Amino acid sequence: MPNSERGAMVPGAVVLQVEGLAKSFQMHHLGQNLHAFDHVSFTLRAGEFLLLKGPNGVGKSTLLRTIYRSYLPQAGHVWFSHGAGRTDLAHAADVDIALLRRREIGFVTQFLIARPRVAAEDIVAEPLRKAGVAAEDALEQARHWLATFGVKRDLWRAYPTSFSGGEQQKVNLARALILPPRLLLLDEPTASLDVGARAALVARLADLKAAGVAMIGVFHHPGDVAALVDRDLMLMAKEVDDVAV
Amino acid sequence: MSVLDRLAPELITGAPLLVMQGIAKRYGPVVALEDVAATVWPGEVLGIVGESGSGKSTLLRMMNLEDTPDTGTYTLALPEVAGNLFDLDRFARRQLCARRIGIVYQNPHQGLLMGHSSSGNVAERLLVAGERRFATLRARAREALDVSEFPLNRMDDPPRLLSGGMQQRVQLAKAIALEPALLLLDEPTTGLDVSVQALVLDTLKRLQRDRAITMVIVSHDLGVIRTMADRVMVMRRGRVVEEGLVDQVFQDPQHPYTQELVHAKL
Repeated sequence: MPNSERGAMVPGAVVLQVEGLAKSFQMHHLGQNLHAFDHVSFTLRAGEFLLLKGPNGVGKSTLLRTIYRSYLPQAGHVWFSHGAGRTDLAHAADVDIALLRRREIGFVTQFLIARPRVAAEDIVAEPLRKAGVAAEDALEQARHWLATFGVKRDLWRAYPTSFSGGEQQKVNLARALILPPRLLLLDEPTASLDVGARAALVARLADLKAAGVAMIGVFHHPGDVAALVDRDLMLMAKEVDDVAV
Repeated sequence: MSVLDRLAPELITGAPLLVMQGIAKRYGPVVALEDVAATVWPGEVLGIVGESGSGKSTLLRMMNLEDTPDTGTYTLALPEVAGNLFDLDRFARRQLCARRIGIVYQNPHQGLLMGHSSSGNVAERLLVAGERRFATLRARAREALDVSEFPLNRMDDPPRLLSGGMQQRVQLAKAIALEPALLLLDEPTTGLDVSVQALVLDTLKRLQRDRAITMVIVSHDLGVIRTMADRVMVMRRGRVVEEGLVDQVFQDPQHPYTQELVHAKL
């Protein structure tokens, strides 16, 4: 369900253009500069699924977080085309990044930030509520996705703070995927999921892809999403080239 | 261009609610604040962290017009005021604060009359703003207490008979009774039991979500800031050493002091 007010997600249109992106961490107490990656460049179009590959510790999650601006890059550009124009995520004002995260850019990790005394269905419905969907409608959709990801009905009103890791992850996914963003960043979302939930996730991602959502993912078991992947990007220890498949 | 140089906002529409610029304050030889600037956009929550003596509470008191800097300007985008708010006289400051700015202090003694009834404490704020009808005062005090998740069967008890968590809810009710444009929170949960702290934070979060109140929250507790704020300013010795999105400042701190602060917490 592409949101018309945000501008249609045209298949094939460029969503993200990453140019010469570099990240390292200056650790002041160690007097050290920890290198993560540099010279990362690639283009991502609407409806494309880019898989990040490379050995452990090479910086795949770091790259996702740098695009999301949880990390500040040292150099380069992350041009993001959205409903209101084109923004360099590497340099945009914090308030603009916050705005884009609410409307245009989603990030799915394996961790849920549960809040005390907030029911699972309210956590899931929240992105819709913030987008102005009426409470009842938002709750109805939230329950649909909780059911789809296999969260038992009697847990919907419960607080996820007490859930097991796997059940929390289902709530997390339902929340993250309830409102399709233009760009979706996936950081090992299948970790700690059972078979049924994993199948539901892959089905949901396929729907989003068909609706034009551009995706970049890191997967411990890439086989889960093999059918969705259009291209992969191999991160090497020092330099990176965009490898088209 | 260094990546630490961020561009001016381009996407967000409208004006910031709060703008402070060039704020400096000395107490004799002691520098309390030096060249501090702050911007808060409508509906957002700005966190301010720093250790004791960093100037964060002084800055918040200036936002509440309780204190005036040696230099600097403060504007709020509200129809009834223009120009530097530090130029307002005492009467105008009091009116503006009563109608538009709510504050919750760490110490409830600062914000409440401990011997008066809780509902009376909330109603006092409405009285200052000009409401005189008893039934309206009581109804609105009751509503504000209810929204603050205060047990209404205790609304006529004085705060001195209440627990710390309930006292903070009375302060919160008083602060939001007039639907302020700006809600200031000075260590609102410091000193509360962890479980009570979580409940008070949850109430604040709920208020923020349902009413989109613009908030500035000061705390030395990074967990509180992480839970509540969209953006954060890190203060040390009267200066802002770092500013950014909460997840960025906590996951990828740039300044040596922020790195120390974050690593000490984890």
